[in-house]
Amino acid sequence: MNSSPLAMSGFWSLWISVITLGVIAFCWWLLYGNRKTDKAPSASGEVETTGHAADGIEEYDNPLPRWWFIMFVITIVFGLVYLVLYPGLGSYKGVLGWTAHSQWEEEVAEAREEYAPIFQNYAQISVEELAQDPEAMQVADRLYQNNCAICHGSSARGGYGFPNLTDDNWMYGGEPAQIRQTIIWGRNGNMVAYQNILGEEGIENMANYVLSLSGQEHDADKAAEAAPQFQAQCVACHGPNAKGAAAQGLPDIGAPDLTDDYWLYQQPGQELKASIVQTLTHGRNGHMPAQAGYLDVGVDLPSDLRSKSQDELAELLPKVHLVTAYIYSLSNQ
Amino acid sequence: MSTAIEHPTYNYKVVKQFAIMTVVWGIVGMLVGVWIAAQLAWPALNFDLPWTSFGRLRPLHTNAVIFAFGGSALFATSYYVVQRTCQTRLLSDGLAAFTFWGWQLVIVLAAVTLPLGLTQGKEYAELIWPIDVLITLVWVAYAIIFLGTIYKRKTSHIYVANWFFAAFILTVAVLHLGNSMALPTSFLHSYSIYAGATDAMMQWWYGHNAVGFFLTAGFLGMMYYFVPKQAERPVYSYRLSIVHFWALICVYMWAGPHHLHYTALPDWAQSLGMIMSLILLAPSWGGMINGMMTLSGAWHKLRTDPVLRFLVVSLSFYGMSTFEGPMMSIKTVNALSHYTDWTIGHVHAGALGWVAMISIGSIYHLIPKLFERKEMHSVGLINVHFWLSTVGTVLYIASMWVNGIMQGLMWRAVNADGTLMYTFIESVEASHPGYIVRWLGGALWLLGMLLMAYNVFMTVKSTASEKAAAQTA
Repeated sequence: MNSSPLAMSGFWSLWISVITLGVIAFCWWLLYGNRKTDKAPSASGEVETTGHAADGIEEYDNPLPRWWFIMFVITIVFGLVYLVLYPGLGSYKGVLGWTAHSQWEEEVAEAREEYAPIFQNYAQISVEELAQDPEAMQVADRLYQNNCAICHGSSARGGYGFPNLTDDNWMYGGEPAQIRQTIIWGRNGNMVAYQNILGEEGIENMANYVLSLSGQEHDADKAAEAAPQFQAQCVACHGPNAKGAAAQGLPDIGAPDLTDDYWLYQQPGQELKASIVQTLTHGRNGHMPAQAGYLDVGVDLPSDLRSKSQDELAELLPKVHLVTAYIYSLSNQ
Repeated sequence: MSTAIEHPTYNYKVVKQFAIMTVVWGIVGMLVGVWIAAQLAWPALNFDLPWTSFGRLRPLHTNAVIFAFGGSALFATSYYVVQRTCQTRLLSDGLAAFTFWGWQLVIVLAAVTLPLGLTQGKEYAELIWPIDVLITLVWVAYAIIFLGTIYKRKTSHIYVANWFFAAFILTVAVLHLGNSMALPTSFLHSYSIYAGATDAMMQWWYGHNAVGFFLTAGFLGMMYYFVPKQAERPVYSYRLSIVHFWALICVYMWAGPHHLHYTALPDWAQSLGMIMSLILLAPSWGGMINGMMTLSGAWHKLRTDPVLRFLVVSLSFYGMSTFEGPMMSIKTVNALSHYTDWTIGHVHAGALGWVAMISIGSIYHLIPKLFERKEMHSVGLINVHFWLSTVGTVLYIASMWVNGIMQGLMWRAVNADGTLMYTFIESVEASHPGYIVRWLGGALWLLGMLLMAYNVFMTVKSTASEKAAAQTA
């Protein structure tokens, strides 16, 4: 007895086999039983009608066309042979032992055998060096376009909620090791909602303060109101000088620099202040999914992945390595 | 109530109502179709409004063409055919009126709820549960009328068209009840009682049999009456009709899993879906052969009769799409065709080429009979309609073949290093010309339907003095 949860009980297996073969046998009987017409054609070659008419419509009793009969038989025979070779009759596995899952595994194994050496070669080269290699970057570009462009855009300039990868502005750090970390494990950027902490007026003041940090047009009185609140509530992540988490040596927090003129969450057509109010009121949840399992499909990730060295990670996840170099190249031309 | 001269006992009122609404809903459904086809070529036509977005209008299009247009055509023709071939009046005028008004209400409710985003999320079974209940009531009434009329027939035999109509009515009842089983959470929302792969299997058991019974068996019933009637020839083979009827209805039931190849559906179910789809080829073609061969000795009529042209060309498209279907159900072919526009093209080869053309031919046959005219207001316009529909269908399916095969090949193309050669968006970009050609094909179809509406309007409106001598049956 198979203990797999997908295993089928003996009854259901028998039930499926019986009704499948029953329907095929019924078709065969239907076809074979009607292979000849009992009405012989007359001397002129005309076949007689059945003798009854419906609203004036009569029916000939012509025999089944021979080519059609043969075609029907062929499809039935094909079906029966297929049921012997492949799974179909309940839990019977078929002579060939084929499964969709095993077919997939074989194809992945074949692809790995054929292509792995190409990527293993790249794994031996440093990120900085690969970033200068046009051929490697062409391969990496294909990986980027099929895995990353859906969010970051085909030119990697990002969009609403998706960081621009071509500038020097890094929320989680732009060193090769940091980029690789982002790609392998993904990132979760979470800013809590402040509507219950600051209140509506407090948010209005804080928005003006945030605008003042990068020298935008703002209401200085309102900004001054919020300055102490900023020091109390916001510095833990954005830092006392509002330069962001990475500038404080805490790149894993990801809190952005508020003193530059780069705004991740400003929707197209939205006023900057409105987007800041929205962020403060409702908070933000930025999420980049872990990519290791997508880029290097089928690699068994060891449980101590986080303690691996950069070289070991490159060896283990060569496509991540290549894309790391590609992202690195975008802002380090 | 006006009735035919020679058969004053038939209920033609409900047939007329459904026949007229076939034309009306055909225009509405195809208008939405042309709109969403244009959205795929020019996305600005979504207007950035939720109610006019593709995701909401697409089910409106499918419901309008399948259930409103196709459904009205089936009601009209089945009520007409069952009375004529059983030589008896419909079982109940009251119930028949209920099916007409009930069905129109279902359609109107669909047209309101779907753009509002109220849906069960099951393809071709999107309507929310209160509408499902109404459909069930109408359908039970339909079954009672149809089967009751056959029961009280004045003829000894049940004509083949009625076998197909009866199979269609009974099976659609089973499919609708089976797939729509749900647990309501509010008046507008419910959860399917099925989960996971079982839900997917139920959905496609329903979905493919909606094609098999609603869009095939029902319309074969139509074919078996209107083709021999319009050609004035006996049906080619009674024996063939027996064999292909029984084979068709018992094999179609199995074909659903071919919609779920290479998914979480167990391998055995996928295999059965594939082989039964292949075995289905001959039974499907049985109907085409019987229709086509009925014309032997009457082929010359095609030269002068555009109504017969509609009927015969619909059989050609039926034969083509029922060859294409089994081919696409083969796993290796499906691996290329699945999720591409090829599927959309295949569906429309059946929906436009077969279902719509046989319906239009039948309605053109019916309208003069129902309204006691010798012929349609303009036979020339029928001919124009025929060519618009034929060219429109060819443009539609050819562009979707090109798009579909191109997409399938682009998605699987790999470079020497094993990376994908194209991104998804490049396949979308490459599909743009095909989308424009498809839209053009749809627009030709819509234009043809507008000509039909004009032609029907003028025929119905024309004065009594032009009445032709009643045509004897």
